[in-house]
Amino acid sequence: MTLLFYLAGAVAVISTLCVIVQTNIVHALIYLILSLLAVAVVFFSLGAPFAAVLEAIVYAGAIMVLFLFVIMMLNLGQHSRDQERSWLQARGWILPGTLAAVLLVQLLNVLLVIDHDFVPTEVGVLEVSALLFGPYVLAVELASILLLAGLVAAYHLAKK
Amino acid sequence: MQGIPYEHGLILASILFAIGLVGVLTRRNIVFLLMSLEIMLNACGLAFIVASARWEQADGQVMFLMILTLAAAEVAVGLGLIIQLYRRYHTVDIDRLSEMKG
Repeated sequence: MTLLFYLAGAVAVISTLCVIVQTNIVHALIYLILSLLAVAVVFFSLGAPFAAVLEAIVYAGAIMVLFLFVIMMLNLGQHSRDQERSWLQARGWILPGTLAAVLLVQLLNVLLVIDHDFVPTEVGVLEVSALLFGPYVLAVELASILLLAGLVAAYHLAKK
Repeated sequence: MQGIPYEHGLILASILFAIGLVGVLTRRNIVFLLMSLEIMLNACGLAFIVASARWEQADGQVMFLMILTLAAAEVAVGLGLIIQLYRRYHTVDIDRLSEMKG
């Protein structure tokens, strides 16, 4: 499980890096799907099988298919790829990259102080569902209303 | 069995979050921007799952479900906006969309 965690984590980081440096948008999307699947494996290795399954089905499945449909509708060709390449000059990303790296180093500084090993124990579907339909039942209802609002808004916005 | 130090999970989440942040700051294509936002939301979800595993409580997974719902709704609205923008201006460059000045 430990090996699985580190392996999948490395795959997630590398493929996410590939997403933000790609110029071809479809390739970036495929890398993003790979990254999400790797994170799903990380979830599984941390003892959260329910979250891993949802990550694979909802994130890597449903949301990425939405992206794919929109990219197909936009029909971006060679022209946009050249444009992307001209936008990805060094002076455009060095400053934001440095700032984000400084923030990351600060975060890592905070995180590396604590040191506790733990053996992941599985928190299964039963515990999650008992919480979802117990104390969090109002949050579930609100989430469904949020999804309904998203549905109506997307229908209205994308209408001709 | 050898355990996983839980800060390693949090470090993975922070690295993914920082990569998403770089993506949001550097790209000009609005579809890439939305994808970078997805990466950042996913990193937040990963942090919640790590906390859930560390304290062996299911609450973190419930929060992950809420983030998943939020991401789905956000992507639906965002992609609808992108389609409408592309229809009107025939571009996905966010710097060209500066007409909306309040």
